[in-house]
Amino acid sequence: MARASFDIHLHHLLDELMQLGGMVEKAIATSLQALKDRDLKTSERVIKEDDFIDQKRWEMEERCLELMATQQPMAVDLRVLVTILHISVELERMGDYAEGIGKISLLMGDEPPLKPLVDIPLMAEKASDMLKGSLDALVRRDTTEALAVCNKDDEVDELYDVVYRDLIELMIQDPANVQRATYLLWVAHDLERIADRATNIAERVVFMVTGKLTELNVSKY
Amino acid sequence: MEQQNVVLEVRDLRVFYGSFNALRDISMEIPRYQVTALIGPSGCGKSTFLRCFNRMNDLIAGSSVQGQVLYRGNDIYAPTVDATRIRSEIGMVFQKPNPFPKTIYENVAFGLKINGYQGNMGEAVERSLRRAALWDEVKDRLNKSAFQLSGGQQQRLCIARALAVEPEVILMDEPASALDPIATLAIEELIRELCVEVSIVIVTHNMQQAARVSDQTAFLMMGGDRAGYLVEYGDTKEMFTNPRNERTEAYITGRFS
Repeated sequence: MARASFDIHLHHLLDELMQLGGMVEKAIATSLQALKDRDLKTSERVIKEDDFIDQKRWEMEERCLELMATQQPMAVDLRVLVTILHISVELERMGDYAEGIGKISLLMGDEPPLKPLVDIPLMAEKASDMLKGSLDALVRRDTTEALAVCNKDDEVDELYDVVYRDLIELMIQDPANVQRATYLLWVAHDLERIADRATNIAERVVFMVTGKLTELNVSKY
Repeated sequence: MEQQNVVLEVRDLRVFYGSFNALRDISMEIPRYQVTALIGPSGCGKSTFLRCFNRMNDLIAGSSVQGQVLYRGNDIYAPTVDATRIRSEIGMVFQKPNPFPKTIYENVAFGLKINGYQGNMGEAVERSLRRAALWDEVKDRLNKSAFQLSGGQQQRLCIARALAVEPEVILMDEPASALDPIATLAIEELIRELCVEVSIVIVTHNMQQAARVSDQTAFLMMGGDRAGYLVEYGDTKEMFTNPRNERTEAYITGRFS
């Protein structure tokens, strides 16, 4: 094959993107578990470990730029590199949301839980599934799977509606709930944004495969 | 493409060198005032195709052309057409700069003199040198030999010489392949400047160059019968980001075998 060494570089970059995706998935799951368990130490760790995610993203960007400058990729190669670049940014921002959930946990501190967390962990689960699905679609270059990810965003939006209404109701019932309810609202918002960014990744997969940039599912929020 | 926007049209073109079929069944339109790049692997017939546009293949013994090449709607291969006249309207710039062993001034004035130009020769020479972005570099040494110029300057002189006779089209056969990167970029910039008033068809091996300078790109390949044929033709941006044909994709991503 004429461009064997370029292909090896591209495969390495994709592997690294998957590693970054794994780090972000773990950060989301850990931040939620720590929130549920009121485990402030673990929340602190999530915040600290976001630096590794940021670092990885910068390294990937450098590698993409190096390959663009030295290999002058065209057509599908160019689209793959641009896609990797975009997705690494999306993942880094998802990591920031996980970090944000960790910070909210610290703000909540030792306060007793306002209510048992049910819908928020469900949102986290669905958003994480969307992230996994979008990365699987990337590896398999599967536009059908990418479209399925985009369609799941509606479910997360619906859950966000439910959480929002519940929390507003609790605030109305007792103004003493306002601060704790607001913290949880922030968490739900972070999760809703994670799902949106999984949709962005799926859109990039479709671009990489077809060359067409399309908005596949306009989020309600 | 609307007819008034087409400067050249090729219909079912086939070219033979003796019994060897060098190009087969090419049909495409060359848009007016745009840059059209011809790309493809060595031996696919790009230069042969380019030479069809001003009947330069006529000069090769044993060559013959079938099909039509329409310039402003008229077949340039019709028996009544004067090939020399065609070449003054459809000029050519070659891979290696080939100035005449004359002064800079005489190089540019040459075609005009042959055509019996009656206007102000000095002004015409200056105008052509300015259009070729060479005037400022040579205005103080117009009577020096063209061979004193650098390779890049010589190539721009050849472009000025082609421009002097006010052609409608300029054909360029790898015009920068013998030049260094700076001179190459100067030629590329010049091509972009010129295409507002001249239609340009360029053969290049350098795909980045085709991507930089052209509006339309045609990709040719050599078939199993060793005849060149057109694989894909379209908007350059589309060709280099999302080609329709997988053979084009393989070629421009360097995975051609």
